Amino acid sequence: MNTQTDYNQSRSERIARVSELPFIDASKSRGFVTGTAHSLIEIWSRRELISRLVRREIKARYKDSKLGVVWSLFRPLLQLVIYFFAIGQILGAARAVPDFAIFVFVGLTMWTLYAEIISGGARSIIDNAGLVKKVYLPREIFPLASIGSALFNFVIQLGVLLLAIAILSHYRLSPDLLLAPLALLTILTFGAAIGILVSAINVYLRDVQHFIEIYLIAFFWASPIVYPFTFVHKQVGSGLLEELYLASPITLSIIGAQKALWSVGTEAVGKTAQYWPDGLGLRLIVAFAVSLVLLWISQRIFAKLQGNFAQEL
Amino acid sequence: MASTSIVTVDNVSKKFVLNKHKSIKERLVNARSQQKHLNEFWALRDIDLDIKAGSTVGLVGHNGSGKSTLLKIVGGIIEPSSGIVLRRGRMAALLELGAGFHPDLTGRENVFLNAAILGLTQKETERHLDAIVDFSGIESFIDTQVKFFSSGMYVRLAFAVAVHVDPDLLLVDEVLAVGDEPFQNKCIAKITEFQKEGRTIVVVSHAPAQIEALCDRVVVLSKGEMIFDGNTMEGIDVLQRGYAEQQVSEAELQRTVGLPSAMVRNVLIASGEAEEEKTVAVGDDMTVSYTYEVLRDERPLVAVLSIETARGAKVYELTTKMIGQELPRSIGHHTVEFTFNKPALGAGDYVVRGGLETIDSELVHQLKPASRFVVRSSLPGTGTLSMDLKTRIFSH
Repeated sequence: MNTQTDYNQSRSERIARVSELPFIDASKSRGFVTGTAHSLIEIWSRRELISRLVRREIKARYKDSKLGVVWSLFRPLLQLVIYFFAIGQILGAARAVPDFAIFVFVGLTMWTLYAEIISGGARSIIDNAGLVKKVYLPREIFPLASIGSALFNFVIQLGVLLLAIAILSHYRLSPDLLLAPLALLTILTFGAAIGILVSAINVYLRDVQHFIEIYLIAFFWASPIVYPFTFVHKQVGSGLLEELYLASPITLSIIGAQKALWSVGTEAVGKTAQYWPDGLGLRLIVAFAVSLVLLWISQRIFAKLQGNFAQEL
Repeated sequence: MASTSIVTVDNVSKKFVLNKHKSIKERLVNARSQQKHLNEFWALRDIDLDIKAGSTVGLVGHNGSGKSTLLKIVGGIIEPSSGIVLRRGRMAALLELGAGFHPDLTGRENVFLNAAILGLTQKETERHLDAIVDFSGIESFIDTQVKFFSSGMYVRLAFAVAVHVDPDLLLVDEVLAVGDEPFQNKCIAKITEFQKEGRTIVVVSHAPAQIEALCDRVVVLSKGEMIFDGNTMEGIDVLQRGYAEQQVSEAELQRTVGLPSAMVRNVLIASGEAEEEKTVAVGDDMTVSYTYEVLRDERPLVAVLSIETARGAKVYELTTKMIGQELPRSIGHHTVEFTFNKPALGAGDYVVRGGLETIDSELVHQLKPASRFVVRSSLPGTGTLSMDLKTRIFSH
């Protein structure tokens, strides 16, 4: 009898509480500008879920493998070895580039982060089709979660890189060091902008994920990763072509990270002296600001497109 | 208080465009014939629905009637093409059990993941963890990867998580028919508890028994339009009449091809009181008149009359073979009248099914439900049987 009254009480309490709540419109996507805050709040309220999804991704990837996360190191290390020998020693790039291994690994670490963010992002909505179709969630969390798992790999690689610099080279204490976090922020922001955008478009046009693969190969070689920017400068001189080359936030970020962490290259004089674009810090700040605007635009496009995800998948 | 709305659906329509081409190449190649491939299809048309807090609403309809689409629109998973959906309170959508379960993770890890997807925080999940594991009844496997789970264990765990989310509004899509019978009963009991706690439940189901047991209101959809909204029993009636009509029209279609050779036309209940709603009082005689039509004289026929509870359990069945009665086989309508002398049915709702079989028990045609009736009883006791009772008490 007692439980019955309890129930009745909780029943009327719940109904009374619900009657106080404001209605939310579940049927419409919000305005292009006005929806931003709403989206941000929604994503923020689901931050725990994002970390769960990242952990799911990582745990599932290395479950039942004896070496576990060590595997995520093999790929960049093998790439490093290949570029070191093939390009550095055989093609002779290393002659004009001191500490070639460190140089390549700095660029590779930054590039891998970007590449993983957008290739993971492109697939993220489709890979989670089951969830997208059956549960209401702010869908941005899927590309965001793929940023999370890309960051996980990045942190391991960065650890190896920082250790290698400490052992094989040295750190140069100067304001240039600040370029590294700025470069990282820019890559994350720009990567998030592209990742969120392609994740949404890929739902409607599956070609996008194939296009991304091609784009990544092309831009790997179009970025100063296995050759220094100095080579580019020598070829094109300072002018419109060079500015065009530097227009990519990723290229700028890689150069910024190199200037911060590749001490020998920065200090070198004479035959191995390196050329750095002027005002690199300012350029990076501008690139970061532009990336932020891009991220906002891409999220708004995503918000528009996501209304039909469930039926397109 | 009871008139607090939790969901308002206002003039909602949903159009699907069935576009078969996905890649650039296909779009270019088929650019000219694009128009042909843009098939429009209205999954929902002008739906108005107001759901009160604390009520349980069943959405029913045939396959493709739009009921799941409506549920998804209420849940915000699909945007309507036009119209407005307003909603409030914490919502949990159980459109699929174990959404987001990863086969390589353990049961425990999946509980946390699934709970996060359904909107629980880590702390809340930790607080409910014991209850969830307990409810699922698979304690000993909780640290095993779910890919080794049997499908029953999988849904048990998924359902256990789902019911521990604390929603004001619960959307359920055909997921209640999971697990073995004891677990199903547990699920139904949990849902009943939810109802008592004033939670609002919107359920899509094909099982009339489930709808009848759970819902206090039924909305019937047909081809994207709402054809009924109201009382549960009437709603189920509308739905089943729809099924029956479909059967009859299919049967009529078949007749032009040559089948069946005979059809049940109607089965009517007559009792002492002749009311609109067939009510039979315990102790009254009940007459069932069974009319069938012979279209072609082929084989000897047997009439089958069965009485079922509203939940589909068979209470009584009689064939004319049992009573050694031969049916006339001449082309035209024939009626058989069965009179039951003081039937011993208990109080409740019943469904009558009329069937026609060949002498070898091969079904020729049937009407289900052919008709419905209610038994009212002044006798004590519940169940499908009513018995006259005398009590004596002894003290020793």
